[in-house]
Amino acid sequence: MINTVTLRSAAFLSAAGSLLLAGCAGPQPMYQWEGYQVQVYEYFKGESKEAQVAALEEGLQKIKAKGGAVPPGYHAQLGMLYLNIGKGDQMVKEFQTEKTLFPEATPYMDFLLRNVKTDTRTDTKVSAAVDAKSGTAAGSSK
Amino acid sequence: MMRRLLTYVASLGIVMLFAGCAVPNKQVDYAAFKSSRPRSILVLPPLNESPDIKATYGMLAQATAPLAESGYYVLPVALVDETFRQNGLTVPGDIHATPVAKLRQIFGADAALYVTVAEYGSKYQVFSSVTRVAASAKLVDLKTGDVLWSGTASAATDSSSSGGGLIGMLVSAAITQAVNHSLDASYKVAATTSYRLLSAGQPGGILYGPRSPKYQSD
Repeated sequence: MINTVTLRSAAFLSAAGSLLLAGCAGPQPMYQWEGYQVQVYEYFKGESKEAQVAALEEGLQKIKAKGGAVPPGYHAQLGMLYLNIGKGDQMVKEFQTEKTLFPEATPYMDFLLRNVKTDTRTDTKVSAAVDAKSGTAAGSSK
Repeated sequence: MMRRLLTYVASLGIVMLFAGCAVPNKQVDYAAFKSSRPRSILVLPPLNESPDIKATYGMLAQATAPLAESGYYVLPVALVDETFRQNGLTVPGDIHATPVAKLRQIFGADAALYVTVAEYGSKYQVFSSVTRVAASAKLVDLKTGDVLWSGTASAATDSSSSGGGLIGMLVSAAITQAVNHSLDASYKVAATTSYRLLSAGQPGGILYGPRSPKYQSD
């Protein structure tokens, strides 16, 4: 009997307590963050890019499963990591997704897409870039 | 007698509960902020005034969530840092000195956030250690160069778990995510500092952004 009373009052108190705290709590988070910020920190610390890709991809699966919203920067971060591990096509896809989800990202994503293209040309096909340059030089001298 | 004492203790408890939510009020002029209506924020790598070299990136890594939850698009911080590096800017002081027109041209953001970390780390005292992270920030309109908002916040080890409401929930979520990682104490405290500094819906805080359901409610 005493136990029931104690339990009941405990239940009442905890209900009252949650109501009180609910007043301060407000709305739910807008985004399902998963490990985004932790993976960004891992990137800054120079940890394994492959592990970061795996963690972010796993996070995306969890977001999809729960129907949550992917936070700003998530797809862009993943795109940069894909470029780092030599998957440029995947990078373009992730940057496009970032733009689709957040049109505010468009100017910067377009800036990166333009510059990454030039970068890969100078990095991986230096001779081709030089040829192209001499080509334009020849063209302009006409 | 006992009952009266209990009532007293209980009401004191309730008062203390609410006191936990209260923040000292401070008058802030939001006129420039309201007329600027930024949608996107470029967070620059923070200046570090503390002796711990991890401060800049510990804070930068955790600035996105509070701003995004307040309704802003936050440019991907690691990519932004890389863009500065590729342009020869590796020191936060040099980055903070970049003309706003140039920042706007490259990043296409409406506003930039300039953060300064004043304290980041543990102080070992006789019987215990206290980890404290203190930072200040200002939000600058990238079209006009006007300061739209500025604020300061701090957090310490013993206060990192006591944050109520949405902030507390987000911080504990961020730290739960971090359980498997060997994150230092300062990084965890920086999460709380970051939420206190950069969350909308608190006196003296930034205003809600366009993506928030509470946009223009403040």
